[in-house]
Amino acid sequence: MPSLTMIEAIRDAMDVMMARDDRVVTFGQDVGRFGGVFRCTDGLQGKYGSSRCFDTPISESGIVGIAVGMGAYGLRPVAEIQFADYMYPAYDQIVSEAARLRFRSAGEFSAPIVVRMPCGGGIFGAQTHSQSPEALFTHVAGLKTIIPSNPHDAKGLLIAAIEDDDPVVFLEPKRIYNGPFDGHHDRPVVPWSKHELSETPQGYYTVPIGEAVVRREGAEVSILAYGTMIHVAEAACRAVGVDAEIIDLRSLVPLDLDTIVRSVIKTGRCMIVHEATRTSGFGAELSALIQEKCFYHLEAPVVRVTGWDTPYPHAQEWDYFPGPDRVGRALIRLMES
Amino acid sequence: MNVQHLTLHVPEPQPCFGGTADFSGFRLSDAGRVRRPAIDVEASEIRDLAYELVRVLDADGHAVGPWSDACTVDQLRSGLRAMLKTRAYDARMTMMQRQRKTSFYMQCTGEEAIACGFQSALKAGDMNFPTYRQQGLLIAQDWPLVDLMCQVLSNEKDRMKGRQLPVFYSAREVGFFSISGNLATQYVQAVGWAMASAMRGDSRVAAAWIGEGATAENDFHAALVFASVYRPPVVLNVVNNQWAISTAQSVAGGAQATFAARAHGYGIPALRVDGNDYLAVRAAACWAVERARRNLGPTLIEWVTYRAAPHSTSDDPSKYRPQNDQLAWPLGDPVERLKDHLIGIDEWSEVRHVQLKAELDEEIAAAAKEAQGFGTLVEGSKCSPASMFDDVYKSMPPHLREQRQELGF
Repeated sequence: MPSLTMIEAIRDAMDVMMARDDRVVTFGQDVGRFGGVFRCTDGLQGKYGSSRCFDTPISESGIVGIAVGMGAYGLRPVAEIQFADYMYPAYDQIVSEAARLRFRSAGEFSAPIVVRMPCGGGIFGAQTHSQSPEALFTHVAGLKTIIPSNPHDAKGLLIAAIEDDDPVVFLEPKRIYNGPFDGHHDRPVVPWSKHELSETPQGYYTVPIGEAVVRREGAEVSILAYGTMIHVAEAACRAVGVDAEIIDLRSLVPLDLDTIVRSVIKTGRCMIVHEATRTSGFGAELSALIQEKCFYHLEAPVVRVTGWDTPYPHAQEWDYFPGPDRVGRALIRLMES
Repeated sequence: MNVQHLTLHVPEPQPCFGGTADFSGFRLSDAGRVRRPAIDVEASEIRDLAYELVRVLDADGHAVGPWSDACTVDQLRSGLRAMLKTRAYDARMTMMQRQRKTSFYMQCTGEEAIACGFQSALKAGDMNFPTYRQQGLLIAQDWPLVDLMCQVLSNEKDRMKGRQLPVFYSAREVGFFSISGNLATQYVQAVGWAMASAMRGDSRVAAAWIGEGATAENDFHAALVFASVYRPPVVLNVVNNQWAISTAQSVAGGAQATFAARAHGYGIPALRVDGNDYLAVRAAACWAVERARRNLGPTLIEWVTYRAAPHSTSDDPSKYRPQNDQLAWPLGDPVERLKDHLIGIDEWSEVRHVQLKAELDEEIAAAAKEAQGFGTLVEGSKCSPASMFDDVYKSMPPHLREQRQELGF
């Protein structure tokens, strides 16, 4: 199997689907000729023509709005929002339109669209290129929200998202586009080629939406994470020597609660790690669910390690980012409590 | 040193509440005077038309000028019937709301010619993205009244399963997209739908609908940019009925430039049309739809009309506009104008008009009786509460199944 980066895996997913299904189209700012500022659509316009991969005006609301119309027509649009931080003008189209169309028309119309957007920090992008707005989507009935942590899952999940009949928000942690970043920003960059999950099958395959996966089996504590934080959590566990079970949620809605509950009941301890701000973050939902489903199995309160409740800073990036040191210290405290 | 103290301009509505209805500032183009451009005209060649008013019927009910030959007599009689049916339906549903059989209703009184006339220019397979005041699109196609009424009553036969506010219909098979209620969002979706039609080499066209008030929304401008860039087969309709609930069109920017003129900045050809003149509506609609069909791209049409009724059953216009202002409205009433025209050419009569109204009233009364047999919002059957968990997703995820069980289903 070839070793791909996240970017190559995402591009490959679109390539596979555009070849298989001529209803699949992709568009967004700088997506067509240039191939995307992160190169995720590089070469697709040349291969499939400018009516299937094209540049759009700088209007997120327009990008998602036309996607909804195309989806209602019968196409399978994959819209790119250049940075998740820029999605707010499109929020009305995502929340009030894409997410509700099937419900409000009693199934007459639907919006089988994918809205891709790079998210997360770690690239010195400050508050306009670093946000993790996943909880703004998981709160919305009718949406599916996905965040892959590696090339293998990124390709399989994106193919599943394109085939899905419901609107899917596909968040791409941009710090792991080119390598499995574990939060050690002062160490040399590790490429994906050294990571087993960069081994990506050629051609068509899917990773099912709504299935979490145990990345590391362990007995002492369950760590729930997704995206970049999977790699941070792995590094933290190695550093402090805790035998943690790391669960990669992959899909936040629908959520694989069975895998989570099984693990927390086994370990009796639970830590949730995400880059997004803490208050009303997805960790709050996870924490509430664990309290509801696993209360009598818990040895200690559920712990959240997250971004602070501040805008994402520039110079103070590594004080904001929940890196392996912070996760490691929290793990030690959790094991002592 | 003299300092110029700045002042803020806040537009006053015309006509003003408290005064008499005064439309003397409203500039009319004479019927028949506005030219009919070639179908492949460039936007730059018809800029003046955004400040004129395409009109066919003159004050005596004669059809005059270059836009006057779009309709056969049968089409006109069918248009008259559709408008009368729409008006009678509105009256009946308003009464049912007053009888507390449903929560809410919205009439389109005075604006019937626009939806009824426009629909007659479309073909099967085309798609409207309507607002909540285009029931005429469905009624002009003889979509079953019982079906519409069941939606308004939110009863067991409501195709929307009681989920939507009354009048927020959806009827895919007759090209009527599900109404959102969030203003302007569907304008850009219509452009996307039309882009898809072009991308697939299809022959179908889309019609976007918006009120003049909602042209202030971002999505209106996004739609015009995308329509300008990709030139999809879409007609961009702006229904200027002068009022956004209580807010006059001047607050949406209508005093500085016409809404039709907004298309100029985007290089999109625009027409401004007498929306109370069925013949002008049909002629302009056919022109714009043909442009779309021939791959000549988008057209924006401002339909100038007057909202004769309240915004909705929750509204009280006596608080913000003069009484009977619609009677002073210089473009008159669309039903009366078409009727006078048909009588003038000996194709209709007062007797036939009265007969038709009675027939329609009877049809609507029978439909109302049948619809109420399936329940109303307050009485009889509704869709099961369990059904609100359906269609959130194509297949129900576990957390919704669990919540449905929690509700007792």
